[in-house]
Amino acid sequence: MSSVAVANKKGFGATLWDYLTTVDHKKLGVMYLLAGTLFFAIAGLEALFMRIQLMFPNNDFVSAGTFNELLTMHGTTMLFLAATPLLFGFMNAVVPLQIGARDVAFPFLNSLGFWLFFLGAIFLHLSFFLGGAPDAGWTSYASLSLYSPGHGIDFYVLGLQISGAGTLISGINFIVTIITMRAPGMTFMRMPLFTWTTLITSALILFAFPPLTVALFFMLVDRMFGANFFDHINGGNTIIWEHLFWIFGHPEVYILVLPAFGLFSEIIPVFARKRLFGYSSMVFATILIGFLGFMVWAHHMFTTGLGPTANAIFAVSTMAIAVPTGMKVFNWILTIWGGSIKVTVPMLYALGFIPSFVAGGVTGVMQATAPLDYQLHDSYFIVAHFHYVIVGGIVLAIFGSMHFYWPIMFNRALNETLGKWTFWFFFIGFHLTFFIQHFLGLMGMPRRVFTYQADQGWDLFNFISSIGAIMMAIGVLILVFNIIISAKSKPLNCRDYWGDGRSLEWALKTPVPFYNFKQTPLVRGYDPYWLEKHEGNEEGMTYAEPLGDIHMPNNSVLPLVMSIGLFVAAFGALYHPDGVAWSIPVIIIGLAITVGAMIVRSLKDDLGFHVHVEEIVATEEQLYGKGGNK
Amino acid sequence: MMKGLKKWRLFSLLAVMTVFLSACGEDYISTLKPAGAVGKEQLNLLLFSITIMALVVIVVSFLYLYAFVKFRRSKQGENHMPKQVEGSHTLEVIWTVIPIILLLILAVPTLISTYKLADVKAMDEVDEEGNKSALTVNVTAKLYWWEFEYPEQGIVTAQELVVPTGEKVYFNLKAADVKHSFWIPSIGGKMDTNVENVNKFYLQFDEESKDLEEGVFFGKCAELCGPSHALMDFKVKTLAPEEFEDWVASMQATEGQVASPDSTDLGEATFANSCLACHAVSGVGASGAMGPNLTTFGDRNRVAGVLEHNKESLEKWITNPESVKPGNLMTGKYGELSEEEISAVADYIMSLSVEE
Repeated sequence: MSSVAVANKKGFGATLWDYLTTVDHKKLGVMYLLAGTLFFAIAGLEALFMRIQLMFPNNDFVSAGTFNELLTMHGTTMLFLAATPLLFGFMNAVVPLQIGARDVAFPFLNSLGFWLFFLGAIFLHLSFFLGGAPDAGWTSYASLSLYSPGHGIDFYVLGLQISGAGTLISGINFIVTIITMRAPGMTFMRMPLFTWTTLITSALILFAFPPLTVALFFMLVDRMFGANFFDHINGGNTIIWEHLFWIFGHPEVYILVLPAFGLFSEIIPVFARKRLFGYSSMVFATILIGFLGFMVWAHHMFTTGLGPTANAIFAVSTMAIAVPTGMKVFNWILTIWGGSIKVTVPMLYALGFIPSFVAGGVTGVMQATAPLDYQLHDSYFIVAHFHYVIVGGIVLAIFGSMHFYWPIMFNRALNETLGKWTFWFFFIGFHLTFFIQHFLGLMGMPRRVFTYQADQGWDLFNFISSIGAIMMAIGVLILVFNIIISAKSKPLNCRDYWGDGRSLEWALKTPVPFYNFKQTPLVRGYDPYWLEKHEGNEEGMTYAEPLGDIHMPNNSVLPLVMSIGLFVAAFGALYHPDGVAWSIPVIIIGLAITVGAMIVRSLKDDLGFHVHVEEIVATEEQLYGKGGNK
Repeated sequence: MMKGLKKWRLFSLLAVMTVFLSACGEDYISTLKPAGAVGKEQLNLLLFSITIMALVVIVVSFLYLYAFVKFRRSKQGENHMPKQVEGSHTLEVIWTVIPIILLLILAVPTLISTYKLADVKAMDEVDEEGNKSALTVNVTAKLYWWEFEYPEQGIVTAQELVVPTGEKVYFNLKAADVKHSFWIPSIGGKMDTNVENVNKFYLQFDEESKDLEEGVFFGKCAELCGPSHALMDFKVKTLAPEEFEDWVASMQATEGQVASPDSTDLGEATFANSCLACHAVSGVGASGAMGPNLTTFGDRNRVAGVLEHNKESLEKWITNPESVKPGNLMTGKYGELSEEEISAVADYIMSLSVEE
């Protein structure tokens, strides 16, 4: 049995074992957050190295080959291994609480999803030590990635295949959780926006990741077993890779940005002390963005030569996405309009997000203008554009939400003053780095260049851009420091830390017990906690059931074992083209471990356990003192 | 009155944008200083779209800043409880319809331009004598260099594209190894060179390059293609039509030109033994060479696309190409050359020229 209070008394080994085997969504949320932060730091460092290299013309801080590895790993890591897990962290930590559930629908799969992601990510990063990282860009366009010597691309293909399976599994889990695990009264149109965006994002994952899986599989058999899907000399076609990659890759942008929208839709109403404006149109816009997100992939390929008709269609469909996105922006502004705005750190991030994201959005429309995109494509303009969307949208959401949800996740608060320092350093640094890159692109600088010749009119702007990157790094360092001192700070032991919480997660006292809700809540309207609070209900929720035994899932080490099996098998596949004798046996051993763990899982009945009423009462008293969660 | 005011605002915004943007960049590389009809059309689209977008940003920022300043809790009192508004259908309709109208306004020139810039029908037109009426250049992108073939003229060159001004020049684009992308920022947008198909488009060069600071426009590879992607530059020399005809004639006159291994010139002899297998010194021929055609080397602006055009650079390049362009395919192809041979071969290559 594990609760936060009990865990405190455990030794290090027991705690480690607990985290290796846990199926608790709150702990997995923390693990996603930590793993995501680790990879965010690594990818951030890679970005910093690139900006130092580009600070001066003809600089030789890193070599050309290393630079290509850095740019590839920066993009791949940030999107797949930093932004995705950080957002999954918040989804895990918050969504079950928002919908009044005791865990996700498949706790075992939740753990499996994490370990697949994590071991896939570790596998990819081992490439740095085993002969060189992938160097064909995060898009890994087929002609270059087939040409690329060494094992870098193999690490990319296998690592992403494993971690992508984890993401897909987690996506399915959230769809089922949100559809089936909502508390009584939590109808679809009462779900908080973050839950809505998680649902739509999970649906996007469900449809977007299979094309990537297929593309990676083609690449895998091309590189490792000599198939010819992409080898044009033998009848393959590299344009197929571009299509498959972007059919995944464009929805991936929305997979990341929709939860960010959801997080801001939670933060803004709390600190404006006002109901989210136009809730139903926000939901509608989310669904529409998700749908249109699949209709626009070829705008990444305007210069590939698809012909004017394809370009025209994709130009118009891309412009159409601006409409629902614009609806959201106006709804956020109208939410703060007439509200009572308190500028805390999370709100600061939300307020910084609106103009930054709008700037990223309008440059997106400019690039949808296909003939104009012929100039902007693959120049620094596009680099500026997608960083405005990703940093200005997603990273600001992640940082803001760290401050916002820290009390629920860790029962600690992050320091507000340090938070403001982080914000200003990061925010100013971000605009300094990327605003100027629009002009570098317009002035003719292509992207993904490891150096540039002096006196082409780019020297000063590149220098300024690098200064901005250093400021962003300082901001992140302050955030890390903030996180470290928060671990030493006093536990909060309170409910509704920000004072104006609206959705169900704020009705819970922290630390949240491992079963979340001792009685399942009854949801009587949108913003249930706000509703109960303003009707004078001190417990913060109405219950849908009497106090009774709670059924909870058992911990299991099998997800970790299954993931390790695939991790091992990947090494066999990786070295297969080298003709080493042990490659096939290692593939077989690895797959045997995975399949063996699956068989054990299938044959062994694991029915979970019951927490009895006396234990619930005891746990509550231990956590909150006499009287429990009142 | 209001209408006039709005128009005035729009135009002043456009004027400010134009001034601001045109101050940026060098005229041989910047998309903001186009020297061709295609680039000008794209710049006009940029200005048009940026104006619409700037309007959007200004409206949003104004609303947002106003709300932010006016509705601070510090102004409203700690206990102020705002009215909990659900939404407004009227507002929803307004901010759905206005963006749609703005996008439609932008979509019209977008679609017209998309079809216009893709129109390459004139490529196949012939005059009464059966000669093609438009100039076509076949571009082949290879790992870190560019080959330009003029099929109608029967000539081929590399690294420096030579074209006449004032007419549409049509391009067949292809990559020989991995995907690249052909981009001359100050002339017009880019087009990818794919490995499995030929892409076609046109550009128009309206200004002679001799007035430029470097005497050439700069061209770039815009698709990541390996370690030396950043160094895969080419140059564009634009000539008045008569001068272009002269250039073609002098290129054609190099037919049969070859370096002799028996030459008394050490440079030519070394070239014949070590270099000629890949590098032709006659401008007559077709694309498909192993290495760049060097017939016009002496007329060029850069060594290996990026180094200054002088003998020292050329010696540096021949001595160790890998130190200049990592991942290039020339390294190790021609055996060891002595310092004396390198110096002589550099002299010989620098002497190759078709211009006076």
